[in-house]
Amino acid sequence: MPRVVVDVMPKPEILDPQGKAVLGALPRLGFTGVADVRQGKRFELEVQGEVTDDVLAEVSRVAETLLSNPVIENFTVRVEESVEVRA
Amino acid sequence: MKIGVVTFPGSLDDVDAQRAVRLGGNEAVALWHGEHDLKGVDAVVLPGGFSYGDYLRCGAISRFSPVMAEVVEAAQRGMPVLGICNGFQILCESHLLPGALIRNDHRKFVCRDQRLRIERTDTPWTSAYSAGQEITVVLKNGEGGYVADEATLDRLEGEGQVVARYVEHNPNGSLRDIAGVSNERGNVVGLMPHPEHSVESLTGSGTDGRGFFTSLVEAVLA
Repeated sequence: MPRVVVDVMPKPEILDPQGKAVLGALPRLGFTGVADVRQGKRFELEVQGEVTDDVLAEVSRVAETLLSNPVIENFTVRVEESVEVRA
Repeated sequence: MKIGVVTFPGSLDDVDAQRAVRLGGNEAVALWHGEHDLKGVDAVVLPGGFSYGDYLRCGAISRFSPVMAEVVEAAQRGMPVLGICNGFQILCESHLLPGALIRNDHRKFVCRDQRLRIERTDTPWTSAYSAGQEITVVLKNGEGGYVADEATLDRLEGEGQVVARYVEHNPNGSLRDIAGVSNERGNVVGLMPHPEHSVESLTGSGTDGRGFFTSLVEAVLA
């Protein structure tokens, strides 16, 4: 079944306290060189049938209506290429 | 007046809100999230809590509950609606109020007696207060940071839609110290602090919150 991925991220100008918490933990764990962390959400939607433009448009409406809050978040929609199962 | 208090799965403060409604001199009517029925009430309170587990985002799922379809329609016709804490988040997610509420900037849950300044008093929920009056009510939230873009914030201030502001201490990183806002018309008010917990001197921080529940009576008698 084809998979459509919706990534939702806080808008750049919106404070991201969770990302800041992760960023703060990195030096304590000995990871240096990370300048910033933003935390978002990834949704994987298994869709029935082919992923047509209509299907993608509908997923965009899902993302806009429910998965994201346009006041504070941006989203992207993409089709995930099917990956062969490796042994 | 008959004031409905909605119970969602995960509401915590619905019973306190009902009690505050009664102490304010009105009849409290329990409304259920799963019903397309406002039971003929004159106004609605959306109480605090963690509706639908706050999954996805606070208020994001509740917004699409059957009762909210009725609340949104009634609010657009002018029915007074007060959203407290989680109720405020639901009103923002429903686009009845501008802006959004995000995690507290300091990342900790906060619970304190909070000083507020009431700035808009021509709403059905705040008419019992005088403009600029300072009150102390309970505040408890994890995701109470009010945010909106600069243009929206300027518009809110310009149109006088900031209902209440934090004074002395900003507990959650809310932009411009905003604790509560209204829609343009003023019938829909969202507030992060909890006036329903501050209605009796035996419990809570005093009785400064009562005004939110007596205002409706005064608005009608005026």
